[in-house]
Amino acid sequence: MELTSHLLSILIWLPVAGGCALLAIGDAGDAGSSRAGAMRVTALAVSLLTLLLSLGLYTGFDGTTAAMQFVERVPWIEAIGASYYLGVDGISVPLILLTTFITPLVVIAGWDTIKSRPAQYFAAFLILEGLMVGVFAALDGLLFYVFWEFMLVPMFLIIGVWGGQRRIYATLKFFLYTFLGSVLMLVSFVYLYLQTGSFDLLGWMDAPVAMQAQKFIFIAFLLAFAVKVPMWPVHTWLPDAHVEAPTGGSVILAAIMLKMGGYGFVRLSLPIVPDASGYFSALMIGLSLVAVVYIGFVALMQKDMKKLIAYSSIAHMGFVTLGFFLLWHISGATGAVLGMQGGMVQMISHGLISGAMFLCVGVLYDRVHSRKIADYGGVANTMPAFAAFFVLFAMANAGLPGTSGFVGEFMVIMASFKANFWIAFFAATTLVLGAAYTLWMIKRVVYGEVANENVAELKDMNRREWLVLGILAVSVLVVGLWPAPLVEMMDPTIQNLIERIALSKLG
Amino acid sequence: MDLMNFAAAAPEMTLLGLICVVLVADLFVAPERRIVTFWLSLVSIGITLWALVSTVPVGRVEIFSGSYVSDGLSQLLKSGVALFVAAAFVYGRGNLAANDLHKGEFYVLGLFGLLGMMIMISANSLLTMYLGLETLALAQYALVALDRTDVKSAESAMKYFVLGAIASGCLLYGISWVYGATGSVEFPAIANAILDNPDINGLPLWFGLAFLIVGISFKFGGVPFHMWVPDVYQGARTPVTLYIGTAPKIAALALTLRILIDGLAGLQEVWADMLMIIAVLSLLLGNFVAIAQTNIKRMLAYSTIAHVGFILLAVFTGTPAGIAAAVFYTLTYVISAAGAFGMVILLSRRGHDAESLSDFKGLNARSPWMALMMMFFMFSMAGVPPFVGFFGKLNAINAVLGVGEVGLAVIMVLTSVVGAYYYLRVVWYMYFEEAQDQALLQADVDTRVLMSVNGLAVLALGILPGWLWTLCLQVAQGQ
Repeated sequence: MELTSHLLSILIWLPVAGGCALLAIGDAGDAGSSRAGAMRVTALAVSLLTLLLSLGLYTGFDGTTAAMQFVERVPWIEAIGASYYLGVDGISVPLILLTTFITPLVVIAGWDTIKSRPAQYFAAFLILEGLMVGVFAALDGLLFYVFWEFMLVPMFLIIGVWGGQRRIYATLKFFLYTFLGSVLMLVSFVYLYLQTGSFDLLGWMDAPVAMQAQKFIFIAFLLAFAVKVPMWPVHTWLPDAHVEAPTGGSVILAAIMLKMGGYGFVRLSLPIVPDASGYFSALMIGLSLVAVVYIGFVALMQKDMKKLIAYSSIAHMGFVTLGFFLLWHISGATGAVLGMQGGMVQMISHGLISGAMFLCVGVLYDRVHSRKIADYGGVANTMPAFAAFFVLFAMANAGLPGTSGFVGEFMVIMASFKANFWIAFFAATTLVLGAAYTLWMIKRVVYGEVANENVAELKDMNRREWLVLGILAVSVLVVGLWPAPLVEMMDPTIQNLIERIALSKLG
Repeated sequence: MDLMNFAAAAPEMTLLGLICVVLVADLFVAPERRIVTFWLSLVSIGITLWALVSTVPVGRVEIFSGSYVSDGLSQLLKSGVALFVAAAFVYGRGNLAANDLHKGEFYVLGLFGLLGMMIMISANSLLTMYLGLETLALAQYALVALDRTDVKSAESAMKYFVLGAIASGCLLYGISWVYGATGSVEFPAIANAILDNPDINGLPLWFGLAFLIVGISFKFGGVPFHMWVPDVYQGARTPVTLYIGTAPKIAALALTLRILIDGLAGLQEVWADMLMIIAVLSLLLGNFVAIAQTNIKRMLAYSTIAHVGFILLAVFTGTPAGIAAAVFYTLTYVISAAGAFGMVILLSRRGHDAESLSDFKGLNARSPWMALMMMFFMFSMAGVPPFVGFFGKLNAINAVLGVGEVGLAVIMVLTSVVGAYYYLRVVWYMYFEEAQDQALLQADVDTRVLMSVNGLAVLALGILPGWLWTLCLQVAQGQ
């Protein structure tokens, strides 16, 4: 029993067990007590240990093959052919690392800002972390669905208990939207199970499916993943959820949960129903461009910082779906690989940048208790160090070369040029729009004269905030300046995926 | 067929003897020492369970000239009803005692109801079925009226009695037509008659079948024969609601399976459509109307109606997978329902019935553990994995898709999304709202332990549902 042979299980169950322990011990409802302090330390220790162990995925990963690695397989419900089947490839490892990387930051960010029931708060995040790793690692359809749905429960509570004014409306909308999206995916899963006799995802990828069924399955998957990504026009839950969620909840939502939609497209839609994916690819590209252009304009008009970042997330995630579905409109494999890799890099990069942006807003919110852009102005005068970080992340959000935001967008736009001038044209508008809405917000919040007394009294970041934003700033620059390790890690898997998609499954 | 083989009916006979003991013993127990009756009843159920486990038959045993049957299905379902009647006793005792209603009748009637349910489950003829059904129904009518000074209890007992009598009449009328058409009341003989002589598969038999379906639907609480469910659930004392809302659902499933699968499988084309209409209406009405409820007992009543829709759709398929799914769904649904009603009891105390949804406000602050358990029940009923309710729904959807009914499967999942709203509302009240009532929960240790076992069972069965599903498949294939 080596550590590596059970590494994925450990990464899933260690945080879940840690979360359950926090729930069991509790904080007696008092955030100031020494018991609550011990809970914080435990939560941080568990999340750091998980991060440390997850590095084993990187060091032990064989980047030359597309095969599943760190595989674990135990029968689970034999009567219906479901198994506890875990494994990772070049697509899932970066996302798992992103999850284990972001969670400790979220724990640190909530350190002394969460006043009510801190033990339950940290427990919810730890359990959520385990479940999210589970989604990225599951290779069994039923197991995937269990993680996918159960993940909603901690997030429902995080938004509902620790959220803002309209938290109940927002969290119910979040839950019901995503639940509605995923139930039809369950019907598709059962259909595929009845066709193949098992819930093995890799088996589903090889099973032939008739075109009509493929179309239905694609649409069911599309509903599930489009809600998660989210794509226009099923994005409306996201601004509400982001605005009302506590900072940590917004960070996890933006940085990781949205990525599950993109992951769903590459792990399920594209390989299981490739013909239908091709059939609907024009629609997908259209919806992605609507997200980029229309939502970009919507973001421009926002008065609430969190809402602005939420809309900017939708626009940036449009690049992910665009990159994935360009494949059918490009002749030659290199362009297809470029688009797909661009989408993947964009997912990781957006995870870092949007998380950082929400943390920046959280820093301001903790001091002024307002998210309104109009309540700020001239923050740079009172918080110079914070302003430097905020501007850096805003530049990254706008896609400045040298930051991670540039790499993914640039790859996708390059791929679009190989497909069609107009796709590239509309995609490239993000360079203008993204800069416009982000930098205009920065201008109004950070620069100018000190706007009011609240801003005049602001104190610059404490050590905890320095630590979190500093780590994120470094990682945004590292991915931006040296994306090669990330791209190389994904390369064989993406090559393999594209070869697989090229084979029709209609047989 | 052995007239004198009493072994297969040993659990029922044991139970009957023990009920008489409890009945007599209760006369000599002073009111303040009623707990003796309680323990005697639990011991009786324990002995009955032991008798059930030790008489598991190999294959299928028919006794009493073929009017009684013992098979894997009967043993599984009977163990289920016995356990849930015991759960109703444990959950109910404290609440009844706090309201000066802790009478021996509750236990004796409850045990007679259990006997009726066991007879229903083992019935191999329409008349035995009717006998068991009436034994159960009479016990239930009296239980609903337990608080006889309360107007609401009396009203709901009256309503239940009148409607129940009409439904029993319909059932009996249907039985007479089926007997007239096939010349038999025993299920295997009816099945053979339909097989041997396809001519009788005609209007007279269908006419009788329609009345049987009315009776089944009434007992289950399927739309449009559901009217009694919310009123009775609300009007009865909560321990009685718990009793009515759990074990009799399992007995109603046995009624359905014995009549439709054992007896009238040859008419599946006819009854499948009837069941489908009732089921779809139940799914729609139950889920939508539950949203509008502010009384938790009425809300759970409409939620039951919605769950019945799922169960009936699983039976509708008529396949072994569908029957197994119906058995699995019923057993697991009843676990969550027992917990949910138990929680309503737990929140009540002397002079205050926790009937309103708002009684759940701030439960997380009052008792985090109990709030967690209630959250498990709610998410299980909503069908969120990994709780066991999800696997019930999964198996039912699997069975329905297995017979190619994609449209029905889509209706099933979409109505569960509607249903998720009102279950989430309970979680919202518990976790997101401030408590209106800061009083500590008053509950005995046995209730608290049972609640914890109940809640953890919903989670544990959800994580490892394989063995129960295999068991359900085995008994379904033994049909």
